Amino acid sequence: MNPFDYERPADAGAAVATVASRADAAFLGGGTNLVDLMKLGVTGPSLLVDVTGLPLDRIEPLPGGGLRIGATVRNADAAADPEVRRRYPMLARALLAGASGQVRNMATIGGNLLQRTRCVYFQDVTLACNKREPGSGCAALHGYNRHHAILGASERCVAVHPSDMAVALTALDAVVQVQGPDGERAIPIADLYTGDDPERDTALAHGELITAIDLPEPAAAPSAYRKVRDRASYAFALVSVAAVLDVDAGGTVRDARIAFGGLAHRPWRASRAEAALRGAPATGASFRTAADAELAAARPLPGNAFKVPMARSTLAAVLRGLAAREAR
Amino acid sequence: MSTGSIMLTVDGESRSLVIDTRTTLLDALRDHLGVTSPKKGCDHGQCGACTVLLDGRRVLACLALAVAHDGAEITTAAGLSPDGEPHPLAQAFIDHDGFQCGYCTPGQICSAAGMLDEAGKGAPSHVTGDLEGPTVLDDEEIRERMSGNLCRCGAYPGIVAAIREVSG
Amino acid sequence: MTSAPTGSRAIGAPVPRLEGRAKVTGTAPYAYDQPVEAPLYLAAVTSTSARGHITAIDTAAADRLDGVVAVLTHENAPRLASDENAELWVLQSDEVAFRGQLIGAVVASRPEIAAQAAGLVRVEYDARPHDVEPGPGRDDLYAPATVNTGLETDTIAGDVDAAMADAAVTLDRTYSTPLQFHVPMEPQTAVARWDRDGGGDRLTLYDSTQGVIRMRQIMAAVLGLPPDRVEVISPHVGGGFGSKLRPKAHHVLVALAARTVEGRPVKFALPRRLTFAGSGYRPSTVQRIRLGADADGRLTAIAHDAVGGTSKLVEFAEQTALATRTMYAAPNRRTTHRLAALDVSVPTVMRAPGEAPGMFALESAMDELAVACGLDPIELRVRNEPGRDPETGLPYSTRNLVACLREGARRFGWTDRDPAPAARLDDGWLTGTGVAAATYPAYPVIGPSNAAIRALAGGRYRVDIAAADIGTGSRTALTQIAADALAVPLDAVDLRLGESTLPAAAPAAGSMGLGGWGSAVIAAARAFREKYGTAPAEGAEAGATGAGVPGAGKVALHAFGAQFAEVRVHADTGEIRVPRLLGVFAVGRVVNPRTARSQLTGGMVMGLSAALHEHGVMDPGPGQVVTRDLADYHIAAHADVQDVDAVWIDEADPHYNELGAKGVGEIGIVGVAAAIANAAFHATGVRVRDLPLTPDAFLR
Repeated sequence: MNPFDYERPADAGAAVATVASRADAAFLGGGTNLVDLMKLGVTGPSLLVDVTGLPLDRIEPLPGGGLRIGATVRNADAAADPEVRRRYPMLARALLAGASGQVRNMATIGGNLLQRTRCVYFQDVTLACNKREPGSGCAALHGYNRHHAILGASERCVAVHPSDMAVALTALDAVVQVQGPDGERAIPIADLYTGDDPERDTALAHGELITAIDLPEPAAAPSAYRKVRDRASYAFALVSVAAVLDVDAGGTVRDARIAFGGLAHRPWRASRAEAALRGAPATGASFRTAADAELAAARPLPGNAFKVPMARSTLAAVLRGLAAREAR
Repeated sequence: MSTGSIMLTVDGESRSLVIDTRTTLLDALRDHLGVTSPKKGCDHGQCGACTVLLDGRRVLACLALAVAHDGAEITTAAGLSPDGEPHPLAQAFIDHDGFQCGYCTPGQICSAAGMLDEAGKGAPSHVTGDLEGPTVLDDEEIRERMSGNLCRCGAYPGIVAAIREVSG
Repeated sequence: MTSAPTGSRAIGAPVPRLEGRAKVTGTAPYAYDQPVEAPLYLAAVTSTSARGHITAIDTAAADRLDGVVAVLTHENAPRLASDENAELWVLQSDEVAFRGQLIGAVVASRPEIAAQAAGLVRVEYDARPHDVEPGPGRDDLYAPATVNTGLETDTIAGDVDAAMADAAVTLDRTYSTPLQFHVPMEPQTAVARWDRDGGGDRLTLYDSTQGVIRMRQIMAAVLGLPPDRVEVISPHVGGGFGSKLRPKAHHVLVALAARTVEGRPVKFALPRRLTFAGSGYRPSTVQRIRLGADADGRLTAIAHDAVGGTSKLVEFAEQTALATRTMYAAPNRRTTHRLAALDVSVPTVMRAPGEAPGMFALESAMDELAVACGLDPIELRVRNEPGRDPETGLPYSTRNLVACLREGARRFGWTDRDPAPAARLDDGWLTGTGVAAATYPAYPVIGPSNAAIRALAGGRYRVDIAAADIGTGSRTALTQIAADALAVPLDAVDLRLGESTLPAAAPAAGSMGLGGWGSAVIAAARAFREKYGTAPAEGAEAGATGAGVPGAGKVALHAFGAQFAEVRVHADTGEIRVPRLLGVFAVGRVVNPRTARSQLTGGMVMGLSAALHEHGVMDPGPGQVVTRDLADYHIAAHADVQDVDAVWIDEADPHYNELGAKGVGEIGIVGVAAAIANAAFHATGVRVRDLPLTPDAFLR
């Protein structure tokens, strides 16, 4: 690990200004990913600006029925918050599906959004990785790619985004509040994660700090977060599904919001599946058709072809469960 | 090299030290303060052997930078059983043979102590059926909540039995 | 449970671990925790080429860093005395034999500085093509001279091909197991101090080892020191499972570093990532099993052909097909072992070497045969029970496999089992049950053990033996044995182990520990009492060497067991869970039921872990294991382990040792993966022949 300076500013403005002032400065949240990457030599900021002391640790209602979660709220506290549990159970479930009790006590909501891929090649500085070292190649493409992307990837990078929480937030249409050197802005979560440029994970500019996540008023429909992984706990997703399913009294799907984890470089909003479901009968056949509509674009690698049937059957099962809950 | 000056209260004792900003809380405890109860199993937040209570909450000392925790209160498994008087969890681990090699044990015990506190405050887990209902700490809940603490000797059944006894 | 020998009070009692308090408070000193004066810290430089030569190694930037005390490479390291073990020929040449090899070291005042400096060392290679993938398709597989423990590479009796051609039912299947890593929670760690005094050079090594005496002997030879100038101290070991049995390159590296900075202790805990190339592993296997049976399921042919990998640096030939030599009666038999020599780090023994992978294959095949014959899998095994050891012709000292199967069936509720696969769905989960046999040899002890007893004040006794307690409970069990042998209460015995200055003893390996050490303690107690009677003067001392194996060469010595598993596989996602594991074992006398049960259930948990999770992945591109941390090399976590229980049947085996104990360290893992795979087949109708059983295996 390279030596670095450490600062702990008292307000967000100072934190932003400090990071903006040095090209290789970084914000430090819970450190559960950043400190790890620094130990691995994947990143080596010369200045860490600790934001955990900033007054961004509140969960409060938004006008219009939504909820704002401060960026330095710990994952465990967000998951345990009574409002989150009552009104956004899908989010609570996603948070609780991630990492371990200790990590959730440390990790912050803002940091969780910005965590880097756990691709083994990204994390190993002796191996080729375009994300870590642009132009060096992608060792995962022809290597061990069991955990890698089947949707939206390119020859340059097949990494997946590791967050569970971000998958739920994507299905919830959350908005990320950001403060930067040039002021504040709000980024819909769908726009936070950028396209297929492996060097750039998010739309944030250097010095921009996530201050909060805004959740819109939740839909009055059942939701679920389902994570499939190799271990029963403490493992990243092979496939995860966040879904909200709104079915009318006649058994027709009024609306669906679906996001996949573990399949792409970003939480994958399944817009095609959603479109296929709207107006369709809430039946197993519709659910499978919807899954197929989304997964038709899948381009699996030799090591992860299983993710296609796994995503298909997991989504169908989640939707079946939601439809059954609605029918009750 | 950048350094920082911090004060920690470790197992009730006030300790001040000047450290490299790179020093983790785990290395500060083990190398600087000679507090070797928390163990280094992976140094990457993947095993839980370094679990300590930081201001009462269970955390991984290997992923915490010491410099970021000036003024913090740390409790290790040694501090949970002061003066050789075993904490109820420690005694239950002995009674249920909840360890073999013992290397993950201090982390398991700190984790269990933090976990029981979390559950006592009503925090849910991944396997909690009703997110809004009361917390019932059955074996499935204990296992899920303790899953951040790996044990290669496979002492899990004894660990769960020990925690069940103390929680019940 | 077996009644203890006459006069015994402590043996057979569930005594809690004597070091329990120290372990639950974290005050038991493991190697790195040992207090030493003014230590320095070592960080290693590892090769990023899998084969070739180092053409340049630039340490200037590392040397310049404040706090760096020494940088060692092959260009400046002290010379070693013996190249007998190529793995220990560390920093002696520019040759690179595998990726991740230790090729340099930085010693610094702080660990952060050492790590930073190690990253500043620039290395250039003349890299050669590497070869890292074993597999049966190769044309250069070879037969090793012997397999691990010096056993025959191949055994052949009768004519398997002819018997297969005539058999009413035949099975010809290939099974595979991946690279598996020990990953004890305490990574390999050594703290070395090199001193020079009137007697010459001297090395003190605080180590994490399964055998202080073997460590001392080999390190002394490599370093060119007399054995009595090497002291190894290892009172507590954070798990070993075979990975801490032999000296490895890091031991030599830290010793070289200590020699360079004479007088100052050098600490080196292998970073977890480096343990994957630095501490050995279980090689992957591909195993072909052929079974021929008559219409009643009686085997006429049994063949087990195992292919595995080894390192070009040092050969390790896992005895994968060994269990097949003793498990079942069949007139026509064949077991073979073939190896691919690769540019990889050196594999080694890992808990139940041979039996763990081999019995996955054999016991899966037996389940497949039971299905093919329409027989209950327990009945199939009973029908093929041999009267004598099938290959040596020797009678068994004890063979209670059938008793284990029957007792397990009773306890597990096997009798009502509907054999139909994929026939039970419970709330979205397909459920099933499976069984497999377990066995492990009672090996002749790998070397004699000695013990010494000294009378202390107040009717107390000190018992000294350079044994190891790697979490097995041997400290406690040996104290029980000593108490009974001396006919004193347990708390009158102070037992010391884990130091090379104590009477020499064998390492903890192959389930031989307790039997060998216990025999030494009993012999020492007998010698002591013969010499001093029951009222010795303080300071009276006697020692003795433990007896050999009385039945060696006269009887076949094996432990047996039966593993039962209940499995649930999610019908939509393929997730697999094991709600219940039961093991029933016949392991001779059990000295301490509490710690023995933990050893057995711990082995079963490791078997579950191998069945569901463990998968070391070698990427042939860089020639490196890429699953080299605990997030990518999964071992079972709390949530994966539900109801696990182990029991044993009444047995004592006086042919093995005076205690009648066969050892319980390995057999717990054996057969678990097969029992789980068999249960998964019963649940889903999907037969998985390649470990691990991950969710994708069940998606169709």
